[in-house]
Amino acid sequence: MSVELDVFVGNTTIMDQEVYQLWLSGYTVGDAVKVRMDGGVLDGCDASAEVLRSDTMDQFRTFQMCERLLHNPAKLANQLLFQIPPDRQAMLIDRYYAFDDAFVREVLGKKLSKGTKKDLDDVSSKTGILLKSCRRQFDNFKRVFKVVEELKGPLVENIRQHLLLSDRLARDYAAIVFFANHRFETGKKKLQYLTFQDFAFCAGELISHWTVGAMDNQLEDMDVDLDKEFLQDLKELKVLITDKDLLDQHKSLVCTALRSKTKVFAEMEASFKNLSRGLINIAAKLTNTKDVRDLFIDLVEKFIEPCRSDRWVTIDVNLYLTHYINSAHILDTFKHQAVWNSLWDELFKMLTDIQHVTVCFLVKMGMVASGASAAAEGTRATAASSEEPVPVHPTQFTTSISFSFRDMLNVGCRAWPHSG
Amino acid sequence: MPGKLKAKIVAGRHLPVMDRASDLTDAFVEVKFGNTTFKTDVFPKSLNPQWNSEWFKFEVDDEDLQDEPLQITVLDHDTYSANDAIGKVYIDIDPLLSSEAATVISGWFPIYDTIHGIRGEINVLVKVDLFNDLNRFRQSSCGVRFFCTTSIPLCYRAVVVHGFVEELVVNEDPEYQWIDRIRTPRASNEARQRLISLMSGELQRKIGLKVLEMGGNAVVGYLQCFDLEGESGLVVRAIGTACTLEKLSGGGATNNAQHTANSSPSKDMKEPVFGDECPSNPLSSGPSTPLRAPPFTSFSPSKSYSRQSSSSDTDISLTPKTGMGSGGSAGKEAGPLKILLRQQTQTALEQREFPFFTLTSFPQGFLLHVAGVVSARSVKLLDRIHNPDEPETRDAWWEELRQEIKSHARALGCHAVVGYSESTSICEEVCILSASGTAAVLNCRFLQDGCLDVLSEHSRGVVVFFCNRCDDSAPPGCGFCHVPYDELNMPFPAQLSPCCCCHRTKVPDVLFTTIDLPTDAQVTGKGCLIQARLCRLKKKSQGEGNATCISNLLPFLEYELHTQLLNKLKLCGMNALFGLCIQISVGENMLVGLASATGVYLSALPSPGGIQIAGKTPNDLTYDQHVSSIQRKINDTIVKNRELYEIHITEVAEDVIGSPIPEPRQRSRLFRSHSESSDELSELDLSHGKKDAFVLEIDDTDAVEDLHSLLTDAPTPPGFYSCNTEIMPGIYNWTSAIQMFTSVRVFRLNNANLTNLGLNKIFNELCENLLKSLYFKLRSMVPCCLCRLNFTVAVPEDELIQVAVTAVAMSFHKDQTQEANKAAQAHSQMKAIAETEEQLQFPLELNAESASPLSPKGSAPSVDYSSFADRCSSWIEQLRLRAHTIRRGSIKTSSSPLPEGRSRSLRSTRSFPGSSVSVVKMTPLSFIPGAKIVKYLGIINMFFIRETTSLREEGGVSGFLHAFIAEVFAMVRAHVAALGGNAVVSYSMKECVFMENPNKNQAQCLINVSGDAVIFTRESDQEGHLPQTSHPQPTEDTPP
Repeated sequence: MSVELDVFVGNTTIMDQEVYQLWLSGYTVGDAVKVRMDGGVLDGCDASAEVLRSDTMDQFRTFQMCERLLHNPAKLANQLLFQIPPDRQAMLIDRYYAFDDAFVREVLGKKLSKGTKKDLDDVSSKTGILLKSCRRQFDNFKRVFKVVEELKGPLVENIRQHLLLSDRLARDYAAIVFFANHRFETGKKKLQYLTFQDFAFCAGELISHWTVGAMDNQLEDMDVDLDKEFLQDLKELKVLITDKDLLDQHKSLVCTALRSKTKVFAEMEASFKNLSRGLINIAAKLTNTKDVRDLFIDLVEKFIEPCRSDRWVTIDVNLYLTHYINSAHILDTFKHQAVWNSLWDELFKMLTDIQHVTVCFLVKMGMVASGASAAAEGTRATAASSEEPVPVHPTQFTTSISFSFRDMLNVGCRAWPHSG
Repeated sequence: MPGKLKAKIVAGRHLPVMDRASDLTDAFVEVKFGNTTFKTDVFPKSLNPQWNSEWFKFEVDDEDLQDEPLQITVLDHDTYSANDAIGKVYIDIDPLLSSEAATVISGWFPIYDTIHGIRGEINVLVKVDLFNDLNRFRQSSCGVRFFCTTSIPLCYRAVVVHGFVEELVVNEDPEYQWIDRIRTPRASNEARQRLISLMSGELQRKIGLKVLEMGGNAVVGYLQCFDLEGESGLVVRAIGTACTLEKLSGGGATNNAQHTANSSPSKDMKEPVFGDECPSNPLSSGPSTPLRAPPFTSFSPSKSYSRQSSSSDTDISLTPKTGMGSGGSAGKEAGPLKILLRQQTQTALEQREFPFFTLTSFPQGFLLHVAGVVSARSVKLLDRIHNPDEPETRDAWWEELRQEIKSHARALGCHAVVGYSESTSICEEVCILSASGTAAVLNCRFLQDGCLDVLSEHSRGVVVFFCNRCDDSAPPGCGFCHVPYDELNMPFPAQLSPCCCCHRTKVPDVLFTTIDLPTDAQVTGKGCLIQARLCRLKKKSQGEGNATCISNLLPFLEYELHTQLLNKLKLCGMNALFGLCIQISVGENMLVGLASATGVYLSALPSPGGIQIAGKTPNDLTYDQHVSSIQRKINDTIVKNRELYEIHITEVAEDVIGSPIPEPRQRSRLFRSHSESSDELSELDLSHGKKDAFVLEIDDTDAVEDLHSLLTDAPTPPGFYSCNTEIMPGIYNWTSAIQMFTSVRVFRLNNANLTNLGLNKIFNELCENLLKSLYFKLRSMVPCCLCRLNFTVAVPEDELIQVAVTAVAMSFHKDQTQEANKAAQAHSQMKAIAETEEQLQFPLELNAESASPLSPKGSAPSVDYSSFADRCSSWIEQLRLRAHTIRRGSIKTSSSPLPEGRSRSLRSTRSFPGSSVSVVKMTPLSFIPGAKIVKYLGIINMFFIRETTSLREEGGVSGFLHAFIAEVFAMVRAHVAALGGNAVVSYSMKECVFMENPNKNQAQCLINVSGDAVIFTRESDQEGHLPQTSHPQPTEDTPP
């Protein structure tokens, strides 16, 4: 005696968001029933576990049938098989393309290949996310990557239009695609303290300032690739560290500006050359794909860690970088050579971004609250990132600091009285 | 050459990848109608081809237009091998043949393949140019409208209700032809789909001819069924009620003008239609003078037609069908008939003998008395058909049954059967044919109108009855409950008591009917779904032995079902059943019976008695305790149910429950029709013992069973109501949220040694669990009511029971004040109707021969000619308004336009929710809450087969069927949208035959669905209440 067949089909497809979430999380029907039972869905209903099981099965089946359509969200809107109200459609898509931060952190910057997919069971056991869900998320990344790979125009906009995702998800996917494309190293231990959202912020910055699309008014080419010319030009910055005079000049300019504005002035002065060398070297090496991948790890090693060991706080770093850039700008060499002007702008862009990125990273490292606590060893930083109160979220920088030189100055001026 | 069909293939989308190498498809399309085929160009390497073809034109007979579907095949071009079929679309062009229905078919259709399901979509445009055929001997019946709705469609009024039409066609089932052994499953399925499409087209055409012959222009309550007889053939049969409908409102008038312009060839008709200003409108007698004698008997028959249309002087348009006047002696000496055609001539006359109506709800005042359910069943052996390819044998079978039904109705003192339906259940070579309906007395001052030449030809008399019954003036809320038979001369023992409403006439203690609750019925509280479920084992046997065995079991099965119904009804504290539908399905080793109905408490009927439990061994103390505990349980349940369904009776019979008069239950009380033959039996409205002492003896194993089924039924969860009728008494304020659904369950009985008792328990649980599942699924819609809960049971295999449910969940506002308001409104309007009722005279058509013996006592048969054609109207306000136009002196301004208790108002704008795919609502009801149906676009009647050879890969049987049902819904919606509609009403899934072979990884399923495609408009404002203001129709069908 058993139910051989059991289906329920509504003219308007009935979907329970809770069950959908369970399905997305990769639960089996049995487990989902258990979760629902524990969640008290039967309270107040005169229904048995059998009824619940039947309902869950039905919905899982429906989702399975919908999955094919969700792979191409544009299809969902004009397919005829399921009659789903538009708001429900949006919910289905958004939830389907949503991902776990823990998961994405594991695969961010990795090649979206079969090899990576094979390793998903490791990711699953590490993150505690069910393998089925991992696969879905991974396939989503891959699918979005494939869709926008060949498309021109702004990346975020492309993702939003072709996959009908919400703004936030589109931005996140843009970051994922961007990272996957350049295969930025994010998995190193030293980078573990950074969350996906931190990287997403960086990706946003890079996409809007370093890519081909950013250079060419965002229309003609893709957002995905870094602007080769720009990277080539960055090489010219080496003059800042190779020319001894310039280096000294630069240092004195920065030091003059910074004097008495920060508690760590002495350290700044002492490490100026080191830091400058670190930054410029990173910039100069970016023509090399391998070095692009290491961008973040290099930044942390060559710049952030030295700063931290000197017990700088975010404000210090911000101040330092602002003046570092400003001063370089007024260096004679650049001032008098028209040829350099445009180049300088680009350099500036890069440095500004690095400023943002480093500031962001530093914030995450818990170097904001007080210089003393920031002295914490590097090993503790990971834990600190989540425990320390973070007064300024990285994304807030985007509002307070814009990306043009002039604005930067203004902000610098505004910041003046407070930082003293 | 009376028609030109034009089709244009616009584009395709979401096509499947047919070429693995390129991941693309080189698609082209074949468009086929009859034997003509056109092809589009190949659109290479695209999954979204844009063919934008020329107009393909087919010049065809209108006969073919009615029979044939337009067949569109999408193929993948292959240079080296045969082209691969992607899938097909069958488009029924019937809706384009009526000027009042759709004018163009345009939209995206799912491309369907019987093996792969839906594979992409195709955009098609179809138009028809129709030249009217006025040939008297023609075989086509273009223009006759078909409605699945079992009431007069909402934007029409019935001018004449002509009566019963039926037809049946037979063909060899392609699945059983020799060729099936060598062709692919796909080819076989497609042959079957095509054949059934052809047969239903043909069936519709033939019924249409009959309707024209009767002088009607529409078939309402059209019920078409398939009998898959296997070796002996494939039967498509249909029944319906022929009517002459007239479109209400100004919109109809313009339409009509158009129509008459189109049909200009019919000059002979045209002149009298508009030329004759009939001075003597039948309504001139006014509401105050009840009309007893026909004042127009002097009119010559030939003028009757014009008189009918004279109503147009009051803005009410008549829509005479072109063919009507000339459709007379259809098909007697007609041209060549196809092999599968049945001789037209056969029973033209006999059919009229059946005063049957497939309608379940009626215009106010139409239904005078309802006596009870009449049903007949017979068991037949399919392998004994002498001439399987001819319909004669099956015709004779049904004829027998109908005669039986008629005689039962007669025995109940009724001359008509309403809510009539027919069904079959087939297992191997045994076939159970069932027919059932409700014996009724109609307001039978009726007349025939229309083709009088036909009348003379068939020497048919036109008879008008006058029912001068004393209760003619009875309040409408209880009149239909009054017994039509003589109290002293009762056809069976029944408890009669004075009507609780008017106290003038007698009413039975319980009333079972197959119709919907009349809108004017006075009901206390709310109703609920009542089901009786029963399984009976039978021995496996073959041929005649098997048939005998089944016939012997049937009466007991029916009796048990009936007892169960009655017990459950009492347990609910109610006294009447509506929409009763008893299904008996036969399997190899069991019979399954399922009776569903909606129980209500009719205020007119006496309060139902309780149920008394009696033990046989009175001295056993523990036993007594057991008995009394059960008794207590039952009494508690009754009290609880009364509360639940808000049945508050003012004069409660206190002594009823637990009455001390134990009286043994007597089976002898059961009345069986005397005409019962060895293989047939009938069921009449049975009346059990004394109402206040309904005794169950629990020593009786049957009684234990009864008790069991009584007490295991779980009450509906809070917030839910359920019924299998159209509307739930006591709920008026529906919201617009509706959810139609289909649920199918198949149960496997693994235990081979089951007893009847065990089997019953399983079946009961199956149904209960199914209901519980539905309630759980739809819990977000609370408060809501499941309406038109339609259960179908089948025994597809040895140990399988299949239950399919289609219903609609409609949520409503809990707001009581509003409810009360509406109720009051409805009540006042009821009164208004009561006032006008007397003036109503309802034309009906009957054969003199069959009708006269049925004439109830005191009636004075007299001859009348057609003058009252336009009185047969459900739209009281129409009549009033017309009357008022004529009698300018006394103007009544109040007109309340809620003739059916549903709020309707008029709006002109059409609103489609914004989405690239237009939303199509589906409902098994004839209306959409909060909306007005402005146009009927035509009937949807679709048949699909789906087969798979990779069952596991498609998610097992559930996955397979789930996908298929979803696909069927999608195709129905697509067709409706292409017709320009936004809803399907009166939707039903007539057939769902599921077969599986898990070992071979195969499954097959056949689904037949039908409904009426409509355009509805939402009423956002309450401007309504002006039935005569013309609300402009949506300009034309601009398909979304």
